[in-house]
Amino acid sequence: MYSYNDFDKSFIKARTAQFRAQVERRIDGSLTEEEFRPLRLMNGLYLQLHAYMLRVAVPYGTLNSTQMRQLAYIADRWDKGYGHFTTRQNIQYNWPKLPDVPDILDALAEVEMHANQTSGNTIRNVTADHFAGAAADEIEDPRPYAELIRQWSTDHPEFQFLGRKFKIAVSGSPHDRAVVKAHDIGLRMVKNDSGEAGFEVIVGGGLGRTPMEGKVIRAFLPKSDLLPYLESVVSVYNLLGRRDNKYKARIKITVHENGLDTYRDLVEQEFALRRPLFEGVDQDLLADIQKAFAAPYFTTAPKAAFEKAYAKDPVFRSFVDTNTAEHRNPDYTILTVSLKKPGATPGDASSDQMRLLADLAEEFAHDELRVSHEQNIVFPHLHKAHLPEVFARLRAADLATANVGLITDIIACPGMDYCTLATARSIPIAQDIATRFEELKLEHEIGELKIKISGCINACGHHHVGHIGILGLDRAGVENYQITLGGDGTETFAIGERAGPGFSDTEIVPAIERLVQGYLELRESDDETFLQAYRRLGADPFKAALYPDAAQKGRKHAA
Amino acid sequence: MSRKFTPKVVTASDLLDGDTIWLTADGGWTRDMCDAELLEDEERANERLALAESQALRIVGPYLANAQAGENGPEPTHFRETFRTRGPSNYAHGKQVEA
Repeated sequence: MYSYNDFDKSFIKARTAQFRAQVERRIDGSLTEEEFRPLRLMNGLYLQLHAYMLRVAVPYGTLNSTQMRQLAYIADRWDKGYGHFTTRQNIQYNWPKLPDVPDILDALAEVEMHANQTSGNTIRNVTADHFAGAAADEIEDPRPYAELIRQWSTDHPEFQFLGRKFKIAVSGSPHDRAVVKAHDIGLRMVKNDSGEAGFEVIVGGGLGRTPMEGKVIRAFLPKSDLLPYLESVVSVYNLLGRRDNKYKARIKITVHENGLDTYRDLVEQEFALRRPLFEGVDQDLLADIQKAFAAPYFTTAPKAAFEKAYAKDPVFRSFVDTNTAEHRNPDYTILTVSLKKPGATPGDASSDQMRLLADLAEEFAHDELRVSHEQNIVFPHLHKAHLPEVFARLRAADLATANVGLITDIIACPGMDYCTLATARSIPIAQDIATRFEELKLEHEIGELKIKISGCINACGHHHVGHIGILGLDRAGVENYQITLGGDGTETFAIGERAGPGFSDTEIVPAIERLVQGYLELRESDDETFLQAYRRLGADPFKAALYPDAAQKGRKHAA
Repeated sequence: MSRKFTPKVVTASDLLDGDTIWLTADGGWTRDMCDAELLEDEERANERLALAESQALRIVGPYLANAQAGENGPEPTHFRETFRTRGPSNYAHGKQVEA
């Protein structure tokens, strides 16, 4: 893992001292809220529905046990004993008090963490594949590039006041686990014809009010050109992007309005000018960063106990089959710990749970943890020999829910339970759906099915790329939930299609149940997933399941 | 003819802890909406909002929210404002337990 050098340390220290003085000046009245707001946002501090909210970056989702323990300590000392892991691999505290925030930032700095640029119109926390450095299908660990981007984008003088926020995601695998096509810039590692690794550069993706699939602006970018090329893309956006209308300010609109070819030409012109200015310092820096991300020393251990437990204990077997993924070392596995126990708040972990995860990472998993954009926690390097004990200890802490990728593993934004932007609640809907499908005992039979819920059009809950997406709206003063179908956040990306009229908060769970029941009747075999069936059959039979009355009326009219 | 004015309350967040607060008839702030001043006249509402806006040392983001007279004082009419009087629905946190 990357460890701060003296420059990083003094930068973060100066930054928190600066914010401490800003908070003092706000409290003594020297700064108005209008003056203070952009300053607090640059440090990740929002004012939400019931309290302040501090958004802490977990750069590219990677953290170690010391950092996780500190997050637990912060939750206990200055918040309400829990944290919320988000779709951008951040952690949010929902109840900090303004005078305490500088102390929280100091506590974060002690463990080389920060809240810089987790808000505001800047380049935000860079996200990455949560299986980075571990996945069997990976070309190269994307995190050194993500760290390079973090350093380059932090306080980058040209990009502190962009037209709008700017999000970058990096994947080191052709298989996309980082939703790169829904980012302002997505980087997907690929190999060219001569077998060299480089980046496919995708621009102008995004969800929100105007969902758009990112477009390939460069099919193959040599790795050494990464920073000058990124700088060119962002610089063109900074000048060309609209500032007259907030809703047309993201790069997706800039690319859409100007056309990809024009945008590409402008970037190439800029790139020709900027590239010579990068004299290799970035490559020296990258080489240092790469050393920090060297793979751990993979150990060997007898797997007999694991194999025995797997053969004999069906609960353990189900946990392993559902929550682990293939590691590049066949003796190892990647274990995802679900923060989606049915009925619980998606993405929330108590301080005790955080400490347990830290302990297990330290004892068994090379001291590494990841936060996934699906709001779960990952042990990227776990020897299979340790799985039985890790399972037992997770189970004792209520963290052994075997539902990763299943219908109860729901992404949900905080919604109107916390967020000022929300138009409806998301969390109770996620809780109710998960509880219902847990009662039905159908989730393993249903198989892979991603439900994603947003409490407003801004789509933090990624509803557009859910196989089933749910969008909470305010319809004439009542919460109303719209369903989209067929979304996909991976390399076979698709924006979901709106199914029809929305449902009230009491109708939405039965509606989802009808839809899933319809799918079970429509699928060709037990192996055909919801998304595959949707792609084979189109939306109509799913809509018929969702709106049986309308379907009946239609039949009457036809007759 | 002008439209009938919908009664309002002035609401904001406390500067230090971000808690939801309402303006009272004596120009102070309360954490309990029942004790807020119900503003039934547009001119008075705008005056009270202006007063709130001048108190930047204590509060953040004042605005006028629709309300109605209830048995114990002003009550919210929209679900968002109702949530603000209670706290989140996923945990017993905020006003619902602190009141």
